[in-house]
Amino acid sequence: MTIRGTLGRAAAPVILPPDAPTPGLDRTPGLDRAPPGRSPLRREGPAKLTGTALYTDDLVFPGAWYGHTIRSTEARARLLGVELDPAFDWSRVVVVTAADIPGPNIVNLIQDDQPILAFGEIRHHAEPVALVAAPDRALLREAAAHVTLRTEPLVPVLDPLASGQVFAHYELSTGDVAAGFAEASLVIEGEYRVGHQEQLYIENNAMIAVPRDDGGVTVHGSLQCPYYVHKALRRSLLLTDAQAQVIQAETGGGFGGKEEYPSILALHAALLARACERPVRMIYDRHEDLAATTKRHPAIVTYRSGVSADGRLVAQDIEIVMDAGAYCTLSPVVLSRGTLHSGGPYACPNVRIRSRAVATNTPPNGAFRGFGAPQTEFAAEMQVNRIAEALAVSPLELRRRWLYRPGDTTPTGQVLRESVAAEEVLDRAAEAAEFERVRARTAAARTEPGHVTGHSTHRIGHGIGLALAWHGAGFTGSGEVHLASVASVELTADGRIVILTGSTEMGQGTKTIFPQLAAEALGVPIEAVDFAPQDTALVPDSGPTVASRTAMVVGGLVIGACRRLRAVVEERSGGPFAGTYPADARAHGPTRIDEHFEPYPGVEFDDTTYRGDAYPAFGWASAIAEVDVDLDTGEVAVRSVVAADDVGRVIHPVLAEGQVEGGTLQAVGYATIEEVKLHDGRYLNDRLATYLIPTALDAPRIETILVEAPFSGAPHGAKGIGELPMDVAAPAVVAAIHDATGVWIHDLPASPERILAAMSAKTAGKTAGDASAGDKAGPR
Amino acid sequence: MIEPPLVSPTGLDEAYRLLAEAVHRPVAGGTDVLVQLAGELGPPPERLIDLWGLDELRGISLDGDALTLGALTTYTEIRRSAVCRDLVPALVEASATIGAAQIQNRGTLGGNVANASPAGDMLPVLLATDAVIVVGSVRGEREVPAPSFWTGYRQTALQPDEIVVRIRIPLIADRQVRFRKIGTRRAQAISKVVLALSWVAESPGVQWRMVRLGLGSVAERPIRATATEAVLDGRLPTSDTADTASVRVAAEIEPINDVRSTADYRRAVTARVLHRLIREAGGW
Repeated sequence: MTIRGTLGRAAAPVILPPDAPTPGLDRTPGLDRAPPGRSPLRREGPAKLTGTALYTDDLVFPGAWYGHTIRSTEARARLLGVELDPAFDWSRVVVVTAADIPGPNIVNLIQDDQPILAFGEIRHHAEPVALVAAPDRALLREAAAHVTLRTEPLVPVLDPLASGQVFAHYELSTGDVAAGFAEASLVIEGEYRVGHQEQLYIENNAMIAVPRDDGGVTVHGSLQCPYYVHKALRRSLLLTDAQAQVIQAETGGGFGGKEEYPSILALHAALLARACERPVRMIYDRHEDLAATTKRHPAIVTYRSGVSADGRLVAQDIEIVMDAGAYCTLSPVVLSRGTLHSGGPYACPNVRIRSRAVATNTPPNGAFRGFGAPQTEFAAEMQVNRIAEALAVSPLELRRRWLYRPGDTTPTGQVLRESVAAEEVLDRAAEAAEFERVRARTAAARTEPGHVTGHSTHRIGHGIGLALAWHGAGFTGSGEVHLASVASVELTADGRIVILTGSTEMGQGTKTIFPQLAAEALGVPIEAVDFAPQDTALVPDSGPTVASRTAMVVGGLVIGACRRLRAVVEERSGGPFAGTYPADARAHGPTRIDEHFEPYPGVEFDDTTYRGDAYPAFGWASAIAEVDVDLDTGEVAVRSVVAADDVGRVIHPVLAEGQVEGGTLQAVGYATIEEVKLHDGRYLNDRLATYLIPTALDAPRIETILVEAPFSGAPHGAKGIGELPMDVAAPAVVAAIHDATGVWIHDLPASPERILAAMSAKTAGKTAGDASAGDKAGPR
Repeated sequence: MIEPPLVSPTGLDEAYRLLAEAVHRPVAGGTDVLVQLAGELGPPPERLIDLWGLDELRGISLDGDALTLGALTTYTEIRRSAVCRDLVPALVEASATIGAAQIQNRGTLGGNVANASPAGDMLPVLLATDAVIVVGSVRGEREVPAPSFWTGYRQTALQPDEIVVRIRIPLIADRQVRFRKIGTRRAQAISKVVLALSWVAESPGVQWRMVRLGLGSVAERPIRATATEAVLDGRLPTSDTADTASVRVAAEIEPINDVRSTADYRRAVTARVLHRLIREAGGW
């Protein structure tokens, strides 16, 4: 079944294919039963809309002090000491350094390498070294100005290719790559470089720590993963489970940027709160957030593809280097996902992939929507588009030949048994965008004199480009088994139905879709289902809210818990749950069901050999972009993107379309303008004046096509949606730029500077032989 | 944010007196000064003088053969001004490219002039229209032609006790003014290159005279490309003219690499946009 919608127009009608079964998807917002497939109002929507939602900075704690972080101003240095100016009255403030941390000075994550506060050696610019708290901001600023870091500079490592420190590396191969290239009649090679990208959630990182009477601490913050923060607090502050309490405030976006960083910030706020014995507020401004918090990993992908004389993809040899920054953070798993997706959604018998994540003296990189896959899939799609050009075949046709179909085997040996929708998303997008017709038109326009459209003096190149992607659903490999997530539902003594999960709402819809799933499983109206706040004192650990796993994995657990609750109550009452649960609650008191994750049947992966089912299922996405390129200035206007995304099952059509539109726009920014330049290991684009993302005027018209190829392992068939659109739009935009200009841009962003330089280089190359080519109307 | 002491005079004479007594950083809409008060981009000003209440510095008027804009004229006022739209539409075009609606509501023409950013979007238009910056102090008023006003990187011809009072743009019959800004995105971006070209020609087939080319973001201050102007003066907007002028302007400017763009790009794009403007004027 397919549903479609378009951003920037009145709500489009539901369009169903001719063979569609009974319409189950209804875009009508409603407060009635609102089962999955309908779009009820989002739970937290009215409060956000009316300004009454309480984000961290809106929370009031009488007597709270303000916290500040003293950061390094060097990329690498020996830290000799933190000096407090004796002329300043330090009795009015508190200062915390590494020496004041009761437990291990480690931010709990994959490796024990990142200190909460630097000691011994500073390893990146903006690294936290000391903390100050004061009763008011003026005094805080004054105190901070009297703290000096005494350092001795060390030579930083800034080039990832020159780094000798490897946080993680993988090598996986299938078939015989040498034999594959021997068979190839066409070999295409490329090196692709993609840079940092900032998540740019609307709300900056923010945390408030409140000392508890039991010697522990409660933190309120903007975060994705309450139990990550909980574990970090327990470990480094030596607290019991009950002494550490983490409460998510309303959270203004995350995109991965609030996966690991809130643990550091919570520890900072908690250390200061312990020191001054008062609540401490640490609310980053945008500059600090941009300068100090995690970004998408830059990557260098070197790619060789071999194609046989009869047009088969016979070999892929891929090398990936990701720049982790100064500490490990989540780099091994980011790299793992990037590695596993780097071949693209194409069957190839001979594949070798070698990858490493290395240390540099730059701020640590971390989770960001797509988690390694957008970097490597950009390279994969560039290769396919360049091969299509070399073979003079349509990039659509080439993909139809090569894409994964049910029964195909991936480089890890995973047989794609079900839920394989690569062909469907490709065909749906191509049909909606009229890809071949538009491509023929742009090709014809290129042969016209002066490469001109419209007014004769306006040199605008028009182009269309295509990309296809896959995205593994849920955690990689045996990750979900290790997480052992729990989701619960409780029928309370007073007859309320409450969902208890650690899964957070950060704008993506958790608070709305879980009640939808529960209401359907229980046969009750959605209003009858409550959603417990994300407070570690109340809800179980449902795993982190990351990896597009919430709808699929935790949503599945919610359904499982509800089905069991329904069975228990119906067994006792002898009647349908909907009619009998209030009386059941009165008679029997509270009933709580804890649903534990069980491995998906038949899914096995060996983390040491990297063989097996890397993911229980994959989502599939295709994007087709149309661009206008100003041939005088290299400026790109992305006019439209048609995005077809297979998410398994659509729970809330409006929110699902929102995810596709947002992810597509974030990818358009990645493709065209979002850039971090560095100087001596410091980000130069550390303000919104210099780190630019698309505005509404830069946004293309986005047409979303939601495809449903359900995953049988989840009770509702959902596979996740958040990251999928991020993987695919950037290579589509760069392909469209090529269609418009004739030049391939290998590095992201495809900035006007890069486009113009490539066009000039091409013209210079051409004019040697053909003085009249290409640039007729331009200055010479 | 740092909050230096602030005085808020209610009349221009009082403002002049306060400025004569001590050096104050003038604040109009605050769109530049408030950013500086964060103290992260260099030392913040020690004392502020709030000019927002000085109604003498407001208003757009037709003044004989000149258009006069008070220093406190906001970009929104320029955008909504029928006089500006009819007489110097490039002012309206340039105002529309600055910041978002909130910035346009507060940001002022006088502030753009006094802030003296090499990327100030209004400044090439003032250069191309022979604008005169009228400045005032207890010693009275004096006039500074726009090309003499910006003297170096964020340096102006203002004495410490002087403020910008108004901007006068002479109205010249048959003058055409073209404006083009190249930024990183389509709105709310600081320019990579900003350009205003003007010329006088009684009809399309007549040779150009009084050619002015104002440029921003290609030097340490807003500049007029006088060598390129000389190439264009007395010529028709032909293909040869465009070729010669674009080669000339590329040689005349000294842009830099910075966080927003590269010297190569700025040089090439200045030349190409100039070429395009001449092409459009020539209709070929």
